[in-house]
Amino acid sequence: MSEALEPDIDVQALAEQGVDLEVAERVAPDRDIAVKVGDALVQVQNLTMKFGGLTALDNVTFDILRGEILGLIGPNGAGKTTCFNAMTGVYKPSSGKVLLEGQSLGGLPQHKITRRGLARTFQNIRLFGEMTALENVVVGLDARHRTSVGGALLRLPTHIREEKSAIERGMALLEFVGIADHAQFLSRHLPYGYQRRLEIARALATDPKVLCLDEPAAGFNPAEKEDLMGLIRTIRDDGYTVLLIEHDMKLVMGVTDRIVVLEFGKKIADAVPREIREDPKVISAYLGEPEDDVA
Amino acid sequence: MSTTEGPPLLPGVESKKESLDRESARAHRGGGWFSGVGQRWNALPRQKQWLYLIIIVVIAYLLPVINPPFITTEPGNNWQLACAQMSIYALVAVGLNVVVGYAGLLDLGYVAFFAVGSYTAAMLTSPDSPYMHIPYLWTLPAAMAVAMFFGVVLGIPTLRLRGDYLAIVTLGFGEIVRILATIIPAMKGQVGFQNVGHPPGTDSTGAPIFLNSSGTPWYWLTVTVIIIIMLLAGNLERSRVGRAWIAIREDEDAAEIMGVPTFKYKVWAFVIGASVGGLSGALFAGQVGFVNNQKFDVVTSVLFLCAVVLGGTGNKVGAVLGGALVAYIPLRFTAIAEYKFLIFGIALVLIMIFRPAGLLPARQRLLAYGRSAYNKMLGKMPGRKAGPGSPSDEAGGPRINAPGLGGPEEEGVRT
Repeated sequence: MSEALEPDIDVQALAEQGVDLEVAERVAPDRDIAVKVGDALVQVQNLTMKFGGLTALDNVTFDILRGEILGLIGPNGAGKTTCFNAMTGVYKPSSGKVLLEGQSLGGLPQHKITRRGLARTFQNIRLFGEMTALENVVVGLDARHRTSVGGALLRLPTHIREEKSAIERGMALLEFVGIADHAQFLSRHLPYGYQRRLEIARALATDPKVLCLDEPAAGFNPAEKEDLMGLIRTIRDDGYTVLLIEHDMKLVMGVTDRIVVLEFGKKIADAVPREIREDPKVISAYLGEPEDDVA
Repeated sequence: MSTTEGPPLLPGVESKKESLDRESARAHRGGGWFSGVGQRWNALPRQKQWLYLIIIVVIAYLLPVINPPFITTEPGNNWQLACAQMSIYALVAVGLNVVVGYAGLLDLGYVAFFAVGSYTAAMLTSPDSPYMHIPYLWTLPAAMAVAMFFGVVLGIPTLRLRGDYLAIVTLGFGEIVRILATIIPAMKGQVGFQNVGHPPGTDSTGAPIFLNSSGTPWYWLTVTVIIIIMLLAGNLERSRVGRAWIAIREDEDAAEIMGVPTFKYKVWAFVIGASVGGLSGALFAGQVGFVNNQKFDVVTSVLFLCAVVLGGTGNKVGAVLGGALVAYIPLRFTAIAEYKFLIFGIALVLIMIFRPAGLLPARQRLLAYGRSAYNKMLGKMPGRKAGPGSPSDEAGGPRINAPGLGGPEEEGVRT
C-alpha cells in the first residue's frame, strides 16, 4: 500500500522522512494498532432480541477475535442485521450483552459506542446526500475532535489544527478506498459503487477497532465484488478487525477467516469457511435450498 | 486515479460521472434569476470576493441615506424606519436559519425567543418596569443570555422529538410565551412597557442619536450586529458544528452512528438560534420603544419562517435577503399591505414550484480549508484538470484553478 501514497498530502514528519506508512497510521496516527492477534475483541454474550412476540435473536453468543475477518451469514430474515443493530446500540437488546475489550456497551448511546471503537456501514446506503464525499468522511473524523462550539466560534488554534488534520486524513481515506478524485462531489451524485466505498471510508474515519460492514457488496457485479474483497483484506491487514454480513457465499468464503451462521435467530454454526461449507446443518439451512440467492 | 495500488475504478463509473456532470450543467442553464450566483461567487479568487464584499457592505450601510428612488418606501412609510425594520427581520432570519436551515429543526415558535429578548430589554430599561435598570447596550447580551436559557429549557425536553412533533411543540411554546405575557401581571399584558431604553450618545444639538423616530442609527447598529453574527455563524458552519448540523438534517440516525452526539448539537442549534432571536428582540424593543403582548403571535413566527424559506433555507445570505424582503414588501406596497399574508402565501407556493431551494440556494461550505484541499487534489490529477467531465470543467477559465466547492454541484439539482 505504502508506495502508492503520495507524501505531499501527508502532514506527518514520518512521511517526509520517507518512512513507509500504512493507511491506518496515516488516518489515525494515535491509535494503537492491534498487534495482539487472537484474543476476543468483541464478545457477544447470550444476545436476545424480542420484538413483541417475535424472537429475532435467540441467545446468540460469539466472539470477534482481534485482527480477523468474521463473516456473519444466514438466510433472509435470520437476524443478521438485527444482531448488528443490537450490537451497535440501534436496538436495546432484550437480554444478553456485548463487550468491547471487556467493557460492556449496554445502555451507551450510539455515538458513544462508535467512539469506543465499533463503527458500521448500512445495508441501504445512508450517506449525507447534501455533503461532498470529503465532508462525509470528515463527519466521521469529527468523532475524535476535542474542540466544539467554543473553539469553532473563536477559531482557536487547537480547532484550526484539528480541522486541517481532518481534511488531510479525510483525503487519505478517500484515496485508500479509491474515490479521491470524487472528493468534491455531493455524495448523492456519486455512482452507486462509489457510495458504498464512501460509506466504508466514513466508518473507517471514526477510527474503529471493529468495522462492521452490512452487506457491502449488495448490488455489485462480480468484478466489483472482487475489488471489494481486496479492499476488505487491505483494511484487515492495516490492523482493523472486520465483521462482515454478507449474502453472497462466494464473497464470504473468499474473504473471511471464520464464519458464524444464524438461522431463525439462532446460531447454528461457528467455524472456519472450509468446515462451514461441509456442515450439514448449514447446508440444509442455507446452501441446500435452491430458492436462496446463493451465488 | 493517482493510486496505483488502490482498488481500481469500478466499471461504468466514468460514463456515469459524465452524465452526472451534464445533469448539473442542465440544471444551471435552466435556473432562472439569481441562477449561478453562488457558483460564480465561489469561483472568484479570495481577493475579489473580499473586494465585492466590502462594496456590498458599504452599499448596505449607505442604504438609508441614499434613499434610492423607486425602491424607497416613501411617501407611504419613512424609508429610514423601514430600513431599520428590514435589518431587524434580517437578523431574525439569520438566527432562525441556524435552527431550520442548518439543523433542519422546524421551529414554529421562534417568535417566543424574539419576545423573550424584547421583554428582557423592556423590563430592564423602561421606566414602567419596577425592576433593576441597566444601560440599554447591556440588555443586548442579557437578552441573548435569557433567550439561551429559554432555548435550553425548551430544547432539552422537546428535542427528543422529531419532525412534525417538534414543530407542534415549538408552536405551543410560542403561544405559551405570548399568553404568559398576557396573564403575568409583571409583564403588563396589553399595556406594555413604554420608553424602552436606547444606546447612549447625543448629536451636536444635544438630542439623543438613537431616537425611536430616527431609523438610520438603529439600522447601522443592527447591520453591524448582523455582520458579526454572520461571521460567527460562518465560523460555526465551516467546522465540526456545522457539519454535525447538516448531518443531522440529512440523516439523524446515520449521524448518531457516525459518532455525532446528535442531541447535544440539536440543543446547541436551538440555543444559538434562540440567542440571536433574543438579540433581535432586544434591538426591536429599543427601536420601537414600546413592547406589549400584541406583536408576538403565531403569525409573526410563520412570517419569520417564511423569510428563511424565501431566502434559501440553510444559506445565511439568503436569510438576510429573505428577512429584508418580508419586511420590505408590505412597507413598500402599502396598498397591498393588508393582503400581505395572501401575497406571501402565493409567493411561497410559486417559489416552491420554481425555486424549491429559495432565492439564493447555496450549499453550505463545511470545511474551513476545503478550497485548498480540493484544489490540491485536482492538482494531483493531471489529465483530470482539462479532461471532459472533470469537475472543474463546467465554467472553464478561472474555475480550473479555483473550483473550491464551486464545482457543478454547488448550486445543486434540487429534486
